[in-house]
Amino acid sequence: MQATRQDTINKLRKDILLWEGFKPPALDALGSFGLGSIEGAFPNGVFPVGAIHEMLCPTPEHLAASTGFMAGVVSALASKGGVCLWISRYHRLFPPSLMFFNMPPHHIIFVDVNREKDILWVMEEALKCEGLTAVIAELQTITFAQSRRLQLAVERSKVTGFILHNNPQKAGASTCVARWQVTSLSSEIEGGLPGIGFPRWQVELLKVRNGKPGNWTVSWDGNGFNIAEEEPDIIQLPGRKAG
Amino acid sequence: MMQRRFVSIWFRHLLADWFTLRRPELKTVPFIIVEPSGGRILVIAANHLAEKHGINPGMAAADAKAIVPSLMVIDHLPGQNAKLLKALGEWCIRYTPLVAIDLPEGLILDISGCAHLWGGERPYLGTIIRVLRSKGYDARGAMADTAGAAWAVARFGQKNPIVEPGKQTEALLSLPPAALRLDELIIERLTKLGFYNIQAFMGMGRSVLRRRFGPELLLRLNQALGMEDEHLELLEPVIPYHERLPCLEPIRTATGIEIAIRELLEALCHRLQKDGMGLRTAILKCYRVDGQVLEISIGTGLASHHTGHLFKLFELKIPTIEPRLGIELFTLDAPKVEEVEPEQEALWTVDDDCSLEDHRLAELLDKLSNKIGVNSIKRYLPQEHHWPERSIKIAVSLKEKPTTVWRAAQPRPSLMLPRPEPIEVMVKTPDYPPKFFIYKGEKHDIIKSDGPERIEHEWWIEDGEHRDYYYVEDNKGQRYWLFRLGHYDNDKSRQWFLHGFFA
Repeated sequence: MQATRQDTINKLRKDILLWEGFKPPALDALGSFGLGSIEGAFPNGVFPVGAIHEMLCPTPEHLAASTGFMAGVVSALASKGGVCLWISRYHRLFPPSLMFFNMPPHHIIFVDVNREKDILWVMEEALKCEGLTAVIAELQTITFAQSRRLQLAVERSKVTGFILHNNPQKAGASTCVARWQVTSLSSEIEGGLPGIGFPRWQVELLKVRNGKPGNWTVSWDGNGFNIAEEEPDIIQLPGRKAG
Repeated sequence: MMQRRFVSIWFRHLLADWFTLRRPELKTVPFIIVEPSGGRILVIAANHLAEKHGINPGMAAADAKAIVPSLMVIDHLPGQNAKLLKALGEWCIRYTPLVAIDLPEGLILDISGCAHLWGGERPYLGTIIRVLRSKGYDARGAMADTAGAAWAVARFGQKNPIVEPGKQTEALLSLPPAALRLDELIIERLTKLGFYNIQAFMGMGRSVLRRRFGPELLLRLNQALGMEDEHLELLEPVIPYHERLPCLEPIRTATGIEIAIRELLEALCHRLQKDGMGLRTAILKCYRVDGQVLEISIGTGLASHHTGHLFKLFELKIPTIEPRLGIELFTLDAPKVEEVEPEQEALWTVDDDCSLEDHRLAELLDKLSNKIGVNSIKRYLPQEHHWPERSIKIAVSLKEKPTTVWRAAQPRPSLMLPRPEPIEVMVKTPDYPPKFFIYKGEKHDIIKSDGPERIEHEWWIEDGEHRDYYYVEDNKGQRYWLFRLGHYDNDKSRQWFLHGFFA
């Protein structure tokens, strides 16, 4: 009797996910991101593509770290040679660095615009373009209504969007599927040798729709992610609510 | 609309020059070219040596012979002028695609939008005339907003052969009536009445001029001033991609405009598709009831004849059309077309992963560039340069492929500052990385580091001091790219800079 009740609850949960637009994963997409235990934080245990992710980047250092982490994720998405669009006001990304994250820099189209409003317009148009691998935008802020428009665009096209928030104090509620913060951690090098090892970050999943927020230590070795899981209970979300 | 500019070239001794070229011995001999006309033999051209003696076209050959007994007489070959001008005009197509023959001894070139390729109007006109003269033709040229004004200045102008845009009226004032390409009879009548220059009659009432001298004078005057269009018989006629849609009732709503654009696009794209062409630019003109003409234009990155896509580009600009009382005629032109690869249709919806040649991507980029400008969309390719700022270049098209590999051997920062920013450092000499550095008032203690990587200036491009780059990590685990400019030197304090942020 107990078991059947649990089954019913599980079934209902799955149904709710379906109604909210989370489709059970297609079989071929499984496990292709190499994100290991991070993927477990998402509904159905799959990194959501065809959705919008937010990354909080209060400082240039955060932006650099987020860029690295995101490039690793996108390179898995674009394993078949897809094209990405990168929209920003202050174009600071140095394309050759992406080679380290397995992303061919000439497959990225940079759109430099002067106004925040234009970034949103370009992003919305780009998200409607089926076939793009990812659309990345550096933004100051986004309102709930604006994020809703972007969400509607991706729902049809299944393009994955990333918003890099330069001013996360103003980051309010949004429809984004996940909110991340990637902070640099000191690199580790074996045997105490001099020099700098592979980039290592503290990856915090602050909010995730229908999933479990978490906190991981991730490093990139030039081919894939290495993930060390920490205690899931230690996350603190000052002033922010998960969900 | 693009500023229209014309060049008129006048070959002062077209036939004489041609005979001199064919028979070099004629160079030093005065000669005339004659043709029988009404029982007499008339001079139709003379070389400059004969002209020195006062022999002019129109004289009887016998009179000319009387002035200069040693004069050589050559029979005219009928149709020679046209043949020569055609050859010269075809040669001029290298300067502009729109060349027209202007009998008896001139060419008219529509050079709208061509001159900048030669570095401006003056060098452009200079090049044409210089080359023609070096080939042995005594050519004079002038440039103006209208073919008529250019014609006038080329033949009668005294000073500047280039008439500034909009200044054709001033340029014409002092010229004689013959500068207007008029019939002999009209010129004679004007001169008889004392109109020695255009200024004298330009201000007179139009109806008076028409009554006295007929409509031709007014037509020519208007053409020279740019008030009336002139049709040029081009050597290589362009069959324009042009569609018209007259409306029974004036269109005043956005929906109506949309329908009109769709109709025009469908007709145009159908024709383009048949020819295997796609358009790169299109101009829509809306003729309003009140006589105003509104114009909007679009451009595409890859040639396209896809109605839906082109419509979307126009759709973005529909709000800028003010129909006021209504639009009675729409026209659509495609001034720039290119061949499209036939597989366009097949590629349409087959695969889901977008490649750079995908038309969905090209369409998106067209849409973006029509709104925010072509220059704001960039793609980068690797370049064989060590200097970090020069290691990438902007790709010229979506199809351009890297010619060299992306170098990944040395670490490069994810974010690079547009120009290196100076920092304060504490450092042990000579080759150690800094102990700490201060950037924007914040102190960063350096725990780990890699380097130095010395990058020299590429002396064949630019002089300057080398940079010693260090890849450093601070106590918070944040990674930076720093460099020191040049060698250590006792008398100079070395400059350190922050150049980038690593992931």
